[in-house]
Amino acid sequence: MAHDTAADVRTLTCIRCPKGCAITVTLEDGEVTSVTGNTCPRGDEYARKEVTNPTRTVTSVVPVHGSATCSMVSVKTAEDVPRDCVRGVIDALRVVSVEAPVRIGDVIVPNVCGTGVNVVATKNC
Amino acid sequence: MPSPAITSTALATYDVVIVGGGSAGLAAAIAARDAGSDSVVMVERDDRLGGILNQCIHNGFGLHTFKEELTGPEYAARFIAQADERHIERLLKTTVLDIRRTDADSNPSTPADSTTPADPTHPIDVCCVNAERGVFHLRAASVVLAMGCRERARGALDIPGTRPAGVYTAGCAQHLVNIEGQLPGRRVVILGSGDIGLIMARRLTLEGATVACVAEVMPYSGGLKRNIVQCLDDFDIPLLLSHTVVNVEGERRVEAVTIAQVDEKSLRPIPGTERRIECDTLLLSVGLLPENELSSAAGVSISPTTRGPLVNESLQTSVPGVFACGNVLHVHDLVDYVSEEAAHAGASAAAHAQALRDANANPPAATPATPDLELPIECANGVRYTVPTTVAPTRMGRSLKVRFRVSGVFENRHVSVYVGERRIYHKLRPMLAPGEMQEVILVSKQLEGARPGEKIRVLLEEE
Amino acid sequence: MQDIIYDVIVIGAGVSGCATARELARHEGRFLVLEAADDVCCGTSKANSAIVHAGFDARPGTLMARLNVEGNALFDDLERDLEFAFMRIGSLVVCTSDDARPGLETLLERGRQNGVEGLRIVEREELLRMEPNISDEAVAALWAPTAGICDPFGLTIALFENARANGVEFAFNAPVTALSRDGDTWTVTTDRGTFRARCVVNAAGVDADTIHNMASAETLTIQPRRGEYELLDTTAGTHVAHTVFMLPGPMGKGVLVTPTVHGNLLVGPTADDVDGKRATQTTAAGLATVRERAALTVRDIPFRETITSFSGLRAHRAEHDFFIGEAADAPGFVDCAAIESPGLTASPAIGRMVASICGDVLTRNDPAAFAERADFDPHRKGYVNLHIVSEDEWSALIQADPAYGTLVCRCCVVSEGQIREACRRGARSVDAIKRRLGVTMGRCQGGFCTPRVLQILCEEHPDLDLLSVTKSGPGSEYCVAPVKAPRGGGLDA
Repeated sequence: MAHDTAADVRTLTCIRCPKGCAITVTLEDGEVTSVTGNTCPRGDEYARKEVTNPTRTVTSVVPVHGSATCSMVSVKTAEDVPRDCVRGVIDALRVVSVEAPVRIGDVIVPNVCGTGVNVVATKNC
Repeated sequence: MPSPAITSTALATYDVVIVGGGSAGLAAAIAARDAGSDSVVMVERDDRLGGILNQCIHNGFGLHTFKEELTGPEYAARFIAQADERHIERLLKTTVLDIRRTDADSNPSTPADSTTPADPTHPIDVCCVNAERGVFHLRAASVVLAMGCRERARGALDIPGTRPAGVYTAGCAQHLVNIEGQLPGRRVVILGSGDIGLIMARRLTLEGATVACVAEVMPYSGGLKRNIVQCLDDFDIPLLLSHTVVNVEGERRVEAVTIAQVDEKSLRPIPGTERRIECDTLLLSVGLLPENELSSAAGVSISPTTRGPLVNESLQTSVPGVFACGNVLHVHDLVDYVSEEAAHAGASAAAHAQALRDANANPPAATPATPDLELPIECANGVRYTVPTTVAPTRMGRSLKVRFRVSGVFENRHVSVYVGERRIYHKLRPMLAPGEMQEVILVSKQLEGARPGEKIRVLLEEE
Repeated sequence: MQDIIYDVIVIGAGVSGCATARELARHEGRFLVLEAADDVCCGTSKANSAIVHAGFDARPGTLMARLNVEGNALFDDLERDLEFAFMRIGSLVVCTSDDARPGLETLLERGRQNGVEGLRIVEREELLRMEPNISDEAVAALWAPTAGICDPFGLTIALFENARANGVEFAFNAPVTALSRDGDTWTVTTDRGTFRARCVVNAAGVDADTIHNMASAETLTIQPRRGEYELLDTTAGTHVAHTVFMLPGPMGKGVLVTPTVHGNLLVGPTADDVDGKRATQTTAAGLATVRERAALTVRDIPFRETITSFSGLRAHRAEHDFFIGEAADAPGFVDCAAIESPGLTASPAIGRMVASICGDVLTRNDPAAFAERADFDPHRKGYVNLHIVSEDEWSALIQADPAYGTLVCRCCVVSEGQIREACRRGARSVDAIKRRLGVTMGRCQGGFCTPRVLQILCEEHPDLDLLSVTKSGPGSEYCVAPVKAPRGGGLDA
């Protein structure tokens, strides 16, 4: 889904929920002029964002030491980050490990890649 | 397994025993407790609750249930917290070996094929094993089957070639990556575009592997659209529809696979379209099968289509007092629907236990009441199956969700429901795909006047 | 080079090599088995029909005919001593046209000449009672009550463990690269060092020609003949009650349909001569042939229940007889070669025969050598089978070792305790665990249990970790790297 600024009509599959609505977005001079096909406001929001500034939640795991039950703790970006930052987030996590105990929501990496978004734990270990 | 005579006094007796502590078991347990069952226990073979959610670290769970997007472990944790609040008992690292009705002497009766059906009001014996207690028995008024499903393996597809290391089901690879923290390979071909396969394509790519392609034998994907967008498209991973793997090479570890295009109708490989792809790993995401070995042994009738138990509107199986929910009943697309369905099963199980208690306190009159009218649900015209397959209007409450899947990709079709010749539901759906579970809601009023012998039919119509 | 001179070195730890090793162990001497793979039972012995043949098939007067019938008769005692799975369920050779009846009569007569007991021809009506799913075309069958099924892994592993317990040494991952003789002493060069012996047994399966031709000028040729199989889930295991053969054709015994000792249904094999000695891949054509030909004798086989397909290589020789004996131009070099079907059945008799030839070699120079040992212990304890223990027995096992209460393999009902026991008895790979206990062989094919089995292998073998643990020896590792390098960082990284 290449992102360019020419005036055009684009069809997207909404990923905000598993329903996967087919959305048509019309852009003129890089400005969104219409969004159709969505069945909820989240779809409208997604479509506008996807054609101007696509974002994703990133999930991964990092090693946890001293836990009786886990060797890895799952983590996520607490909010979406720009799609172009996804690999950067994973790379930033490559040098991270944590000590047990870890609780869901604990900040594992603050302000990851300067996005202003924290990476937080998603599992109790 | 021959069992010694057991006296019921020595046994822990429960209103509801739930087999499995994953997403279905948790929701069923919570609902059973909330419906008034005091003694509920989950029997879970793993060392923690949550089941397969523990390895599903991606987000996208819980939009329906919690109105927010959670990861699998977070979704499980919400339910585990609810179970904790209710002090629901659980037996971890415990495997259920056998489920049987007890006989008049309170011993587990011989299984399904017994000529004299056991009294359906007798408690159900659940035989378990764990390291602390050895082999032991629980007694239950109701049992909820919530064992989930397994992945189809290579053999089910008869993929020819060698049998080296490096062929994994997607879920097994997911466990290695997310639980053990190990990368199972560096260059990967994925067969099957089920959701786990798509999720793993992204997961492995992010962790440094190269996913050469995802091959799907059908002309459409079996996974959710959102997963195709954010797991494949985002990473420029090609999805090859109408393709399959026709050979695996490598003596010790996978060295290459050959893929080929298939004929859309026969699904057979088209000679001349073979393409060899060097890789060290083949992941299989080629379908899920409900795990019903325990159910079958307990005498539960199994649908050849879903491979899950046939159930009525209360999600009760053919064995009275035994209920089923979640992926052991039929394979779901979303965990939210598993939770919703399991809550229904849990509440039904609690009601059954209560009814047995009431009946024991006030034995019913000698003349049995006339049985409730039960209407079979049939599917046709693109509808592959429904859950449930029978409905008793008197027991369904005000409304009942009937879930189904379609057999192909359909655009602009109406989903219709008929009672006899009367159409009671008719709604246009712009898009229907086999990967997505569908539902219709039956309202009890619409079933008023249904006569014995009439059927409910769920089908797709062009107009 | 070691200073030790072994009395006998056996090359190959398949069923013949292990049976030979166990028979050698009944005698004084120092014995070593060299195996190219990481475990016993990794070649022809692991992928075959698992049938204990009655013995009516081989040509009267051949070694094959004699050792088949002798071997079959030894199975009951062997099962008692070694505790492996064996069931004498009987076999049927099905004839599907009246024209072919003379073929049945020929087999019956041949069986009588070979000394097979209890053979008789059953007519359709009786056949249908014995096998309700028999083909509508079936007119009659040869009934052989002495035929059976066994667990070829279980047998080979039992022979190995018993031989080892009685002092035979085993070296794995030790493929033989050269053989030479200096006077009465043979030198065997392997990837794991050089070993010397007074007598060498060549039990190298499909590689037996390579080994033979290192020692002898009289060239031996082994033709690998591939057989492809389909294995169906236990839900299909009672589709037939006996081993059902087709009347044999020119390319072997045809496709058989049989229950297995694990309760599955096994269908196969094909018979294709192939070029490579590692050519154990299955083919679309071969598997299609299996399905088509099986339908000739048994109807409605539920192939939907297939859980895996596999193929094995038979060590075929043009003369179609076992090749057992001391090479004329290589004193002390004893072939145990061309052991194709019914090699599994014959293996107990083959072991005796080969050990006896080794005895002749050793006593030639030293009449006092190879004396019978009074302290030989023929008994080997099998692995616990949770399918057949009672609840009380299982609870007692758990009380002694709680690991028997934690199930790892849900499909085949195998506990952590059994897996740890297999590790302690030497299993170092997932396939080694599979061959001993069935883990990963069930309907999930390892999808659920593989990660746990890997963990247990690593816990029991401190030199293994998740990166080095294998499916079947070096080169078959499961994992390639940790997903994250566990260094530095923490919360403030």
